[in-house]
Amino acid sequence: MKIEINGTLTEVRADTLAGVLDELGHGDAKVATALNETFVPASARGQTALAPGDRVEIVAPRQGG
Amino acid sequence: MQLYGSEISSRLMLGTAQYPSPSVLAEAFRRSGAGIATVSVRREAGGERAGAAFWDLVRDLGVTLLPNTAGCHSVREAVTTAQMARELFDTSWIKLEVIGHADTLQPDPFGLVEAARILTDDGFKVFPYTTEDVVLADRLLDAGCEVLMPWGAPIGTGLGLTNIYGLRTLRAQFPDVPMVVDAGLGLPSQAAMALEMGFDAVLLNTAVAKAGDPAAMAEGFARAVEAGRLAYQADPMEPRDMAAPSTPVIGKAFLS
Repeated sequence: MKIEINGTLTEVRADTLAGVLDELGHGDAKVATALNETFVPASARGQTALAPGDRVEIVAPRQGG
Repeated sequence: MQLYGSEISSRLMLGTAQYPSPSVLAEAFRRSGAGIATVSVRREAGGERAGAAFWDLVRDLGVTLLPNTAGCHSVREAVTTAQMARELFDTSWIKLEVIGHADTLQPDPFGLVEAARILTDDGFKVFPYTTEDVVLADRLLDAGCEVLMPWGAPIGTGLGLTNIYGLRTLRAQFPDVPMVVDAGLGLPSQAAMALEMGFDAVLLNTAVAKAGDPAAMAEGFARAVEAGRLAYQADPMEPRDMAAPSTPVIGKAFLS
């Protein structure tokens, strides 16, 4: 199915948030996630099902002022 | 200085963005003596691992991290960003920015109060990036904020304290609330002035990161902050319009 990942429409095979993170190569990287503008804690990613058109944000620590 | 029950030794808080290199950032922090570093969260691609590299860098600084919600223009965006930052940085501290105007990066006062209330109810310790408006300050305190961060000038301008009257009024209205002048500072003298006025600390980034020698500028700000604080504690003299000789008049040789 096609979902939006960080603003880019992407074809994915996995149907959970945890599965998509694995598929994209995040592995055990230090990232946080949101689904359709709502925060999804790391502990809930395995149970978070995805549907076509969902908007996923994947973020990591960065420089800030 | 106590912020949300934590003792912070330095009154200089420093951002981590815009440095020419990671090593310059680390050296600037070392010479600044800053106890708090601001950080952010940004999109990461699979396999990029930029977050991990930055995380290692800031962890080695040995300072308390204050994640921000920089660039957020809506309450929902700011709240979700704060929640992601809490998980990433393992802290309930959040520098709350809800931007209301693209050109001036002025806070959206209405969204700021709403987001501050939601985040406080969710267990966050909110450091709101605000203006010198006393009514807004009052609302933020009502919403559960225990620290206020009024701007000196718009972010990145380096203009210093552009509304001295407003800042002095804000400081006087809430004498017991820790206040950090956040944003708009360009020179150490401006930081010293903020501390002389009774503000508890300053937070800056661009003034150090964009200086020709960031580490030297960091140390300059550190000394200015210390000087300003000492002056505030020393109870400055009252200014007056008429001259008053400091050397004794009595006893002067009569030579005319």
